[in-house]
Amino acid sequence: MNVTLTVNGVSHTVDVEDRTLLVHLLRDHLGLTATNIGCDTTSCGACTVLLDGESVKSCTVLAASVDGQSVTTLEGLADGERWHRVQEGFRAKHGLQCGFCTPGMVMAAVSLLAENPSPTAAQVREGLEGNLCRCTGYHNIVAAVLEAAEGSVAR
Amino acid sequence: MAESAGHATCSRTVSILGTRVMRVEDPKFLTTGGVYVDDLRDPRLDGAGHVTYVRSVMAHARVTVDVAAASGVPGVLAVVTAADFADLPPPPPPLGFIPPALARPWLANGVVRYVGEPIAAIVTESRYAGEDVAELVSVDYEPLTAVVDPRDAAGDATLLFADHGSNTALAFEAGSLDGLFDDCEVVVTQQITNQRVAPVPLEVRGTACVWEGSGDDARLTFWASTQSPHGARDQIAAALELPPERVHFIAPDVGGGFGAKFGVSIEDLVLAVLSRRLGRPMRWTETRTENMLGMGHGRAQLQTVTIGGTRDGRITAYSLDVLQDSGAYPHFGAVLPFMTQLMATGTYDIARVAVRTKSVVTNTAPVVAYRGAGRPEATAAIERAVDLFAAEIGLDPAEVRRRNLFAKDAFRLTTQVGAAYDSGDYAGALDAVLAAAKYDELRAEQRRRRDSGDPMLLGIGVSNYVEITAGPEAGTEFARINVKPDGSVIVYTGTSPHGQGHATSFAMLAADELGVPLDRITVLHGDTDLVARGGGTGGSRSLQLGGAAVHQGALETVDRARELAGDLFEAAAGDIVLDKARGGFHVAGSPDDVRGWAEVATSADADAGLIVDTDFSATGATFPFGAHVAVVEVDAETGYVRLVSMTTVDDAGPVINPVVVEGQRHGGIAQGVAQALFEEVRYDEDGNPQSTNLTDYAFPSAAELPDFTLVDMATPSPLNPLGVKGIGEAGTIGATPAVQNAVVDAVAHLGVRHIEMPTTPERVWRAIQEASK
Repeated sequence: MNVTLTVNGVSHTVDVEDRTLLVHLLRDHLGLTATNIGCDTTSCGACTVLLDGESVKSCTVLAASVDGQSVTTLEGLADGERWHRVQEGFRAKHGLQCGFCTPGMVMAAVSLLAENPSPTAAQVREGLEGNLCRCTGYHNIVAAVLEAAEGSVAR
Repeated sequence: MAESAGHATCSRTVSILGTRVMRVEDPKFLTTGGVYVDDLRDPRLDGAGHVTYVRSVMAHARVTVDVAAASGVPGVLAVVTAADFADLPPPPPPLGFIPPALARPWLANGVVRYVGEPIAAIVTESRYAGEDVAELVSVDYEPLTAVVDPRDAAGDATLLFADHGSNTALAFEAGSLDGLFDDCEVVVTQQITNQRVAPVPLEVRGTACVWEGSGDDARLTFWASTQSPHGARDQIAAALELPPERVHFIAPDVGGGFGAKFGVSIEDLVLAVLSRRLGRPMRWTETRTENMLGMGHGRAQLQTVTIGGTRDGRITAYSLDVLQDSGAYPHFGAVLPFMTQLMATGTYDIARVAVRTKSVVTNTAPVVAYRGAGRPEATAAIERAVDLFAAEIGLDPAEVRRRNLFAKDAFRLTTQVGAAYDSGDYAGALDAVLAAAKYDELRAEQRRRRDSGDPMLLGIGVSNYVEITAGPEAGTEFARINVKPDGSVIVYTGTSPHGQGHATSFAMLAADELGVPLDRITVLHGDTDLVARGGGTGGSRSLQLGGAAVHQGALETVDRARELAGDLFEAAAGDIVLDKARGGFHVAGSPDDVRGWAEVATSADADAGLIVDTDFSATGATFPFGAHVAVVEVDAETGYVRLVSMTTVDDAGPVINPVVVEGQRHGGIAQGVAQALFEEVRYDEDGNPQSTNLTDYAFPSAAELPDFTLVDMATPSPLNPLGVKGIGEAGTIGATPAVQNAVVDAVAHLGVRHIEMPTTPERVWRAIQEASK
């Protein structure tokens, strides 16, 4: 079947098997491999992308169901050379180590800050509950998101 | 800039070492993402067959496999079973001293020994098709008695390997049990389960490979998610009975390993054979469920501790008995009790110590290395034992620790179990962490809550730890420094980072000696054609061996460059000075005429530049140490535990990059906390796994953890020029017993003396109920 969707501002029509998951469409058909797969139970959030601006776990979304919609992945987050403030926050606060959870974590944080631009540390922890990281112990991820938030001392 | 003295080899600059340099790795990860095995789009992998494994659903059974229905399906390139590997002996076990009779077959050969064991491999044109076709492989199971509890295994009533004649794979011992506790006023004993946990790197295992050339010239290029590319290459070569140079191994970005990705596993090795047979590139990426079933687990020890001493708090005798569950096929896990034994006495000066360990096979997934690998188990045992001893004699557990720690002036020393500790200040670490955590105030608050009948109890847990890194034998590591004709530098290292930031820290080490700016230095690793040799990254070995090699290589490069510059200046090498601030060389006393690195490197070789290879060899392992304080709240009515704070001292010697080291500590602490509070791999009595995905397995999210408070301390090691020790595993080792001790401490006044990990609400609630009977 054909699915037409906009990914990172570019329109694509892709011929996929009916059961194709959005994450596989992104990775295998469009070659956008930043979005990772870390589990098969929608638990880890490594595959998190924005669907019409809201975070979804793309391993649990059928490609067919997003026909006509707009997807943003990590590759489409920066404005040219200008990084999104969440990307800047993760770099400044060393919010990543092996990098595998990072694309999903960053996209989840973008969505979190869109809903709550000035969260407390506790709200960041609750808000990122669906995204798992094994390297950082979350300490610097929380710091990174707070760094990126509006009203943070750093900005 | 002040002029150098005549005999100085370089002018002084402010060192970059110890400064907060942000990682050079991060821009890629934050914009396009890393390139992990499954992300590879190398044209040589076009048309790759996708491998799917059919895995055992029974823990112990004779199996008969019928692949006829699957083989005929369009799009299926092959379906193979053990019979298809009859011409190859089983791959050698990952460690030399595992008995050959316990070697695992390529694919289950007539008998399955754990749920998840690969029985057949299916190769399909498309990835999705593999899962469909797996359903068509018919496996007939004739059940055998499943041996799940290692105590049953030790009894040998049912043997997993008849040819071996026993379920015991290995045993170690140290010290004598004779009269061990005879003169003790107080003796406490306790059985402790150091439960089986899952490593869960966020990236699961994955492999891609391709053969190029034909006949004896055919060469295999193999990508896999590993911590040890050279070791993996040798493993593959040995399994395929090839010389190592016929295998080109590449570790691309690796999404976490935590010890479980040291080397490659059987599922990786099978691809090399399939690719050769079918003449096609092959790919395999497991699912998380497969990862939880088959990558291997960590810990899994049943321990009995006995501790004895005087009523005034002096510990004089300690024994530790370990029954290690190795899982079905002995792997690193079978050997790790040796490390537990070596670190059994921890930070304490105990006159008499005895350790007995036994590793047995069971019908469960193999036990592998997992962050700390044998040392967290030792620390958990002794730290619980010290708390039990303190509770028995009614002394504060921190005070009992203080009375028994090795003194600062006792180093270097060799413990009763033969560990040669290099340097330490254990009381200093304890005092620093107690002060930072405001220990006395915490005890006062604890008393206040108890006295007022507040159901939200406060628990305070203390641990002292020491661990062994880059051991147990003295290690070695390779580095190449290549100053290119344009003056840029490529550092090649035999370590293989997967999140540890070597590209930044090792570049800092090179920059510091060479006087070349960081942005002109590139660190390469993970490719066996580019890097001559290497031991990979594991056991917290990388900085003290690999970093020391880069440091040594940089010094040797400067020496060589001074000779080359001497030729350019027609002066003696001994008169040549490196001006690090200007990145060039001049004759002592003539600082105006500087020849830069580019010119000097070009004079060595106009194409390749200056190349220096070096191997750093340590004379022994190092022993990082520290002390942790955990604070928990326990709801006496529900047993619910909330971790309030973690304050830690983790002393691994001088810090090269605080950003990286803090990250290692944070991650380690979180994994240690996770074992104490949340995580456990469980099997039912028939060997059916009960935690096969991330909904069943209690991997903590950010919401379950607090921020961590880190206290800095740096006691140098005498065993390498940088004075550094390993930091990768420290947090994990200290945190687990601190948290477990805190949970027990919260309810100790109710009569509770021990609660097994993970200290779930149910366990805590039951412990309270039992104690109140």
